[in-house]
Amino acid sequence: MLKSKVIMVKTRSGKILKIVREHYLRDDIDNGLFGGKLEQHPELQNDLVPSEHFLIPDTNVVLHQMDVLEHSCIMNVIMLQTVLHEVKHRSSPVYKRIKLLCANPDKKFFVFTNEHCIDTYSARVKGESTNDMNDRLIRIAAKYYDKCLKDRNQTAVLVTNDRANCAFAKKDGLNALTIEQYVKNIVGYPELLDKLAKADEAIEVDKSISYPEHLKLSQVQAGVKSGRFFQGKLGISRENYLEGKIITHGEDGKEILIQGRLNLNRAVHEDVVAVEMLPEDQWSNPSGVILDVTVQPGAEIADAEKKKSTGVPTGKVVGIIKRSWRPYCGILESFGSPEMTRHLFTPAEKRIPRIRIETRQAKTLIGQRIVVAIDSWPRFSKYPQGHFVKALGSVGDKDTENEVLLLEHDVAHEPFSEAVLNCLPPSDWSIPNQEFAVREDFRDLPICSVDPPGCTDIDDCLHHKDLGDGTVEVGVHIADVTHFIRPGTPIDNEAATRGTTVYLCDKRIDMVPELLSSNLCSLRDDGDRLAFSCIWIMKPNSEIVSTRFCKSVIRSKSSMTYAQAQMQIDDKTANDPVTMGLRGLNKLAKILKRARIEKGALSLSSPEVRFHVDSETHDPIDLQNKELRDTNSMVEEFMLLANCSVAKKIQQEFPECAVLRRHPEPPQSNFDVFLNAAKSRGLELNAATSRDLAVSLDRTEEPKEGIHSYISTLLRILATRCMMQAVYFCSGLESDFRHYGLAAPIYTHFTSPIRRYSDIMVHRLLAASIGADKTFSELLNKTEIQNVCKNLNFRHRMAQYAQRASVGLHTQLFFRSKVVNESGYVIFVRKNAIQVLIPKYGLEGTVFMDRDFEGNTTVNADDLKYIEDKCEITVRGVKLCVFDEVTVQISHDATNVQHQRINLKLVYPKITGISIPSSV
Amino acid sequence: MAGFELISDEGYRFDGRKPSELRRVRCNMGVFTQADGSAYIEQGNTKVLAAIYGPHEASNNMRSKVCLDKCFINCEFSQAMFSSAERKKRSRGDRKGKDMSAHIKQTFEAAIRTQLYPRSQIDIYLQVLHSDGSLYCACVNAATLALIDAGIAMKDYVCACSASLTKETSLIDINHVEELAGCAEFSAAIMPKLDQIIYSELNGRIHQDELGQLVDAVTSGCKDIFAVIDRFVRGRLEETASYFTHS
Repeated sequence: MLKSKVIMVKTRSGKILKIVREHYLRDDIDNGLFGGKLEQHPELQNDLVPSEHFLIPDTNVVLHQMDVLEHSCIMNVIMLQTVLHEVKHRSSPVYKRIKLLCANPDKKFFVFTNEHCIDTYSARVKGESTNDMNDRLIRIAAKYYDKCLKDRNQTAVLVTNDRANCAFAKKDGLNALTIEQYVKNIVGYPELLDKLAKADEAIEVDKSISYPEHLKLSQVQAGVKSGRFFQGKLGISRENYLEGKIITHGEDGKEILIQGRLNLNRAVHEDVVAVEMLPEDQWSNPSGVILDVTVQPGAEIADAEKKKSTGVPTGKVVGIIKRSWRPYCGILESFGSPEMTRHLFTPAEKRIPRIRIETRQAKTLIGQRIVVAIDSWPRFSKYPQGHFVKALGSVGDKDTENEVLLLEHDVAHEPFSEAVLNCLPPSDWSIPNQEFAVREDFRDLPICSVDPPGCTDIDDCLHHKDLGDGTVEVGVHIADVTHFIRPGTPIDNEAATRGTTVYLCDKRIDMVPELLSSNLCSLRDDGDRLAFSCIWIMKPNSEIVSTRFCKSVIRSKSSMTYAQAQMQIDDKTANDPVTMGLRGLNKLAKILKRARIEKGALSLSSPEVRFHVDSETHDPIDLQNKELRDTNSMVEEFMLLANCSVAKKIQQEFPECAVLRRHPEPPQSNFDVFLNAAKSRGLELNAATSRDLAVSLDRTEEPKEGIHSYISTLLRILATRCMMQAVYFCSGLESDFRHYGLAAPIYTHFTSPIRRYSDIMVHRLLAASIGADKTFSELLNKTEIQNVCKNLNFRHRMAQYAQRASVGLHTQLFFRSKVVNESGYVIFVRKNAIQVLIPKYGLEGTVFMDRDFEGNTTVNADDLKYIEDKCEITVRGVKLCVFDEVTVQISHDATNVQHQRINLKLVYPKITGISIPSSV
Repeated sequence: MAGFELISDEGYRFDGRKPSELRRVRCNMGVFTQADGSAYIEQGNTKVLAAIYGPHEASNNMRSKVCLDKCFINCEFSQAMFSSAERKKRSRGDRKGKDMSAHIKQTFEAAIRTQLYPRSQIDIYLQVLHSDGSLYCACVNAATLALIDAGIAMKDYVCACSASLTKETSLIDINHVEELAGCAEFSAAIMPKLDQIIYSELNGRIHQDELGQLVDAVTSGCKDIFAVIDRFVRGRLEETASYFTHS
């Protein structure tokens, strides 16, 4: 079987290495034609190919035309190993997609290991480049298939857009077509044409703009190495789509600002780019101007103006190291005749430029949310070129909009696959007898759960029992999800990918199937459940005497809401064990909280609202701020305690591979704007440590002359925004474990395994450390754990963004037919606008100071005075300062169907030409 | 190494082998006339020369090691300067070489019937000409052949093989590229007819549940090596025997 070997010589920078590798050729490689995936005859008809045929795409076709390949009519494709290797090298997202296609049995994509097959192998010809060799290998493979298929009266069609390759193939007597030729002549699928990515030459030249040429990758790499260029991931500003920044690699990662269309030079948000610094006299400042693309669609907005020389480091993009384009959701611009085929597409994400696409379905697509992918961005085109991928539904429709925000935040929301559902226990599952033997029986304890109303995935329960010897027993019981989700099963893999349950206003996207999340694992008060318990013996002053963990069986006595629990505690006549327990817990929680705050834990605030949803139309009909009761913080306090105890335990048992959560201390510079704003109102805050911050925030609670009482809450809201993201990590790879916000030396997540995958990992570690379960290799592999943690951090961030977007969407729906005057507070002052927060609706928006209430620019620069240090803006003699109370009119602007949004208009204070006249 | 797949979805390794396939093994015996026994083995690109001297009276500088009831084994391992991708000057006494010598010495102390040669010494010299992974295994296999060539009494053949684990599949006979991928590497030497493991070594961490699978993979790899070597030895024997019958 071992046939031959070749020698490859490779050189690397600096030293010359001779690397010799074996390369075995085999005669037993499956070509899929006999009994394999390609046994069945292909059915797709094409005018250019008379016979039945199989497709062999080359690398560039796979890289650029995935949307065509993914279409259900494209089947019977032969993927060569050569092509797969090249794709993997060039683009990992495309590689992942093509892998999925190959794994899908319906698509009949067959992977042929051509380089190890004795019939299709060829050594490199002297002087041949890798690209040419790969092309030649592809042609050899195509020829091989052609020969094999001959006696079946079928052909292999090589699909390539490379002219030279095409010509060579024709010379060899192969059937070679470009993807355009092939797709145009497919019988019966006209919609495929829209999905074609455009080749570069097909693009018309836009005379108005010419971007500087990008440097070659080799030049860029050399430049980065020599320190002339800086490499980083481009982050476009949320407020101004023509301004971005990169944070350079290395320990002293500094920010470089990039301003203007030409300096950005076709880089798109999140691309990895190489940046060259501009000379210092061209340095600029991030503009305080808010660019509002939606006010005058289509109108060109001048590149942000440069400011004086006292700027921050500024640069320009000289080359793109890695694109991170993905499909974008958005809408087709409504102007232009629908009969035309060229259109502009506006993505929902403001940081992405508009995209030029070609479609014949414009008439039906206008007014719909669609998905578009970018293909290329030629030098002479102002906007990137793209192609249509799919339509989601009409704009403004709630389901469509939900779909958009799920897609935009990469939230997996399709139903669980067959394989996952097969892992579930039967729906009439009950606790098997052998479980009682290995678990502690807590069914007699006065256990209860306290949750928000309407909660069906209850993952925590509590109990409190007086032991009579001056100590009390307190237990936290967490749903034992890991009993059902065994490592390595499809359900486990799916949960690990989803990472978290996502809560939208009207919808919950589960991490695990509903049978588990709302029934078997949910600790409802309707029967016995499996639990993982954390039991403390405590003194009445909350000092912990002992901690232990065990798997258990519990029976919740009552599932309460926060309000119900509060009522029970306050009800003097109730004296049942559950109520007594609640009172005991409440007392302990207050002591715990005090101790925690003493240590420097922050109590921050963010405006949270709940929508009351009409049960029939599912439209929001009312909304209210989330109320906080004693019982909320009671539950929270014990969950924190359990998390801390578990973190200590798993870190002790598995110092190398514990899954922990850390909240890094924010750098002082994060607080600059915040402290400055407070100072402008005469409030001296101190953010040196979390304790200092907590103390100085508490001091603002005292009423003070000339300042409204809401300021303390406002400050807490703003302080929250200065914080860093808390992240999961593997203890073996980091040294700093501290949780800044909670002022805890070590912390993890243990209490919500139904909705967070991190907790599942922690459960497994804890179970292994008490001998209740076995370990397995992935659990103890720190790089593996770190990888999972990275995904979890990403998913959590995305879930948060999706949640926020969902609230935004519902706010819009709520104001659809309303105009309301409401008071709000200025939270930021910008050069041409103020940012207003309306606590009642948790709504935040911009009120422009340079245009009147109808959106026309009327105020010239002289009337507008902006003092950055004092955070104040003066318009026509009226001074507005940060934290001022203002009255705004909230309305829903649907004049442009494509861009529905919430409009804020100033009512008070009155500024001529800007605020709404009181008669309106 | 991120994004590095040791085994493709179609089930082929980087060099085209399947997980349970050895590299090509080529061997030769009696390559030196000076030595009492010698052999050369190629396992893929790993190429090793072995020379045996002895049993002989202990040399002067080894007097202290002489045992009264058995012979002692002296093993020296060295690697040619040109044996790896980068030219590297290696002194004979470097740590890696010493370790390797000690391991090979131990392995053969268990296999050679040392009590048949009291008060004497057996030298095993190993020279690596090209290193492409699984060095220890190639050395042991080469030494076995050389010992057979020298006619030294052994309990059984000693065959060694390495294995690694990726995506729950065990790969045998690891080459250099696969070694670099950073997975745990398990090497073992066995006496195939007696079915005894006389040496085993694990580099890297694996979970205990996976050990059984690795041991099985290595054992079957060793038996494959044994089949190759045994066929060669028998062939050589018949060839030699035929000289006698003709003359």
